[in-house]
Amino acid sequence: MTEYAKPIKRRKINSDAIWGYAFIAAALLIFLMFTAYPVVSALIISFQEYKPVGSTFIGFDNYTETFKDSLFWKAIVNTIVYTLLTVPVSLFLSFAVSILILPFKKRMQTAFKAVYYLPAVASGVALSVVWLWIYDPMPEGIFNKLTSFFGLGTHNWLGSSAYAMFSLVLMAWLSSHGTSIIIYLAALLGIDGSYYEAAELDGANFFQKLRYIVVPCLKPTTLFLLVTGVIGSFQVFQNAYLMTGGGPDNATTMVGLLIFNNAFKYFEFGKAAAQSLILAAIIAGISVIQFKFLGKDVEY
Amino acid sequence: MALYNAHPGKPLIRITRNTAIITVLLLFALATIFPIYFMIISSFGEPVAAGAMDYRLFPSSFSLESYKFFFEFSPYTWRWLLNSLIVATTVMVTNVLFASMAGYAFSKIKFKGRVLIFSIMLVAMMIPYQVTQVPLYILIVNIFHIENTYTALILPGLVTVYNIFLAKQFMSSIPNEILECAKIEGCNQFQIYFRIILPLSKTVLAVMAILTFMDNWNTFFWPLLVTNSMDMQTIQVGLKSFKFANTTLFAPMMAGATISALPMFILFFSLQKYFLEGVTVGAVKG
Repeated sequence: MTEYAKPIKRRKINSDAIWGYAFIAAALLIFLMFTAYPVVSALIISFQEYKPVGSTFIGFDNYTETFKDSLFWKAIVNTIVYTLLTVPVSLFLSFAVSILILPFKKRMQTAFKAVYYLPAVASGVALSVVWLWIYDPMPEGIFNKLTSFFGLGTHNWLGSSAYAMFSLVLMAWLSSHGTSIIIYLAALLGIDGSYYEAAELDGANFFQKLRYIVVPCLKPTTLFLLVTGVIGSFQVFQNAYLMTGGGPDNATTMVGLLIFNNAFKYFEFGKAAAQSLILAAIIAGISVIQFKFLGKDVEY
Repeated sequence: MALYNAHPGKPLIRITRNTAIITVLLLFALATIFPIYFMIISSFGEPVAAGAMDYRLFPSSFSLESYKFFFEFSPYTWRWLLNSLIVATTVMVTNVLFASMAGYAFSKIKFKGRVLIFSIMLVAMMIPYQVTQVPLYILIVNIFHIENTYTALILPGLVTVYNIFLAKQFMSSIPNEILECAKIEGCNQFQIYFRIILPLSKTVLAVMAILTFMDNWNTFFWPLLVTNSMDMQTIQVGLKSFKFANTTLFAPMMAGATISALPMFILFFSLQKYFLEGVTVGAVKG
């Protein structure tokens, strides 16, 4: 917490306070209208059978229905599988790349950072259009050419339930680590050189330094990326929506897509609201667990 | 002293090591930018059906026919780009303005309820967007009846808590002494904000502006929900309808994807520093 300018006269505090409220007025109004109100509204809608005119209160029905819905559980499992496959791998790749970039001069570091960050600049829709064609099920498709070159045969990557999830995961592996690399590199450059010096005097080699200095020093960064990565992954919607539409046979229906479909395909707003609140509870729970188990000796 | 040993007097080892590392990094970089490369070179192909074309890694011919095709395919292609530009620019300006004002108040002005209001905003930041999407849709479409308007596209994004948080974090590091001096010189709060805080916060405001513009240029979800007439769609939503209308016209699709990404690529290469800096603001304690 910072210190504040000490008021000279009592009258000054009051006028400052008025300025304070004036400065936050616009932001607060927008926040209340487009964040706070919708959250409260979602809670109310989740207990209703929503209709544009005359919604009826139906208690916990939306929730009990959701818990009995096998598709909801399938979507949860899909989301967990997707998260477990993408987030740790992406973290490891980002960590490895940032370690590898480290010995080079600043210009080279920046060049690599720019290249790795480039996909994050392109829109998700543009990238998904491209990936749709990379995964073209025809034998002439780029990815099928590659896999048949390695003797893996050709497959209907997005259209078969056996491969659709893998295809989405592979796409995430190759396009979602630019941000993490930059954050890791910033943290790496922030490690005090004297740690390495001390370790070298003790005769530590590269891997020992990595194990006993870098990994512990980067723990807060890893935790940050892990928590934000998991939160992001649980809300994933766009790729599944644009690439597979959740299919085939709901193999790639994630919770985010399920909620979207319930709301804007079937117009079951009450059910969608209930599911979104369950999602919020799951995300909150996972975040708390992550902080508890991994954050013990993290200092902020 | 650093993580890597300096290898004094053994240049051969150092050169071998660096060559090996660069090879790995380059291979990974190639895999990362391959989709973008593929998108751009394919967009220069002829606008023919997929069966008639070959998926080459290197362009066999150079033609702008597919771009022409894309712009002629829909009478609204230019309109989509214009819509995206209008929405992204407006949201960028309002975010910089409102977030900087709120950030200044939250970091430097003492008033009742300040800590509480800011904490509530931070907690709300962790709520997944799925929770607010249904009520927001109902609010805009069923209550205000303003679907298919710029207002609907812009309103929910006027200022984000994340930007307020960024502004507050940055402005907290501005020394109070400067503000006190200004006060003694007779500045009121608005003058302090306008003449001192804003000029000192240029970097973070630039970062904020660029990232907000990028987010809103690339956003797909909200415009998809609140627009259903072709003339009010943004380029991202337009691109999607294009995809389903012409699943076999490969090169024009890539041309469309390139067009939607091009403004961001140009911005990225000219303002790279801010993009890369922006990622670490708020994520790494400096």
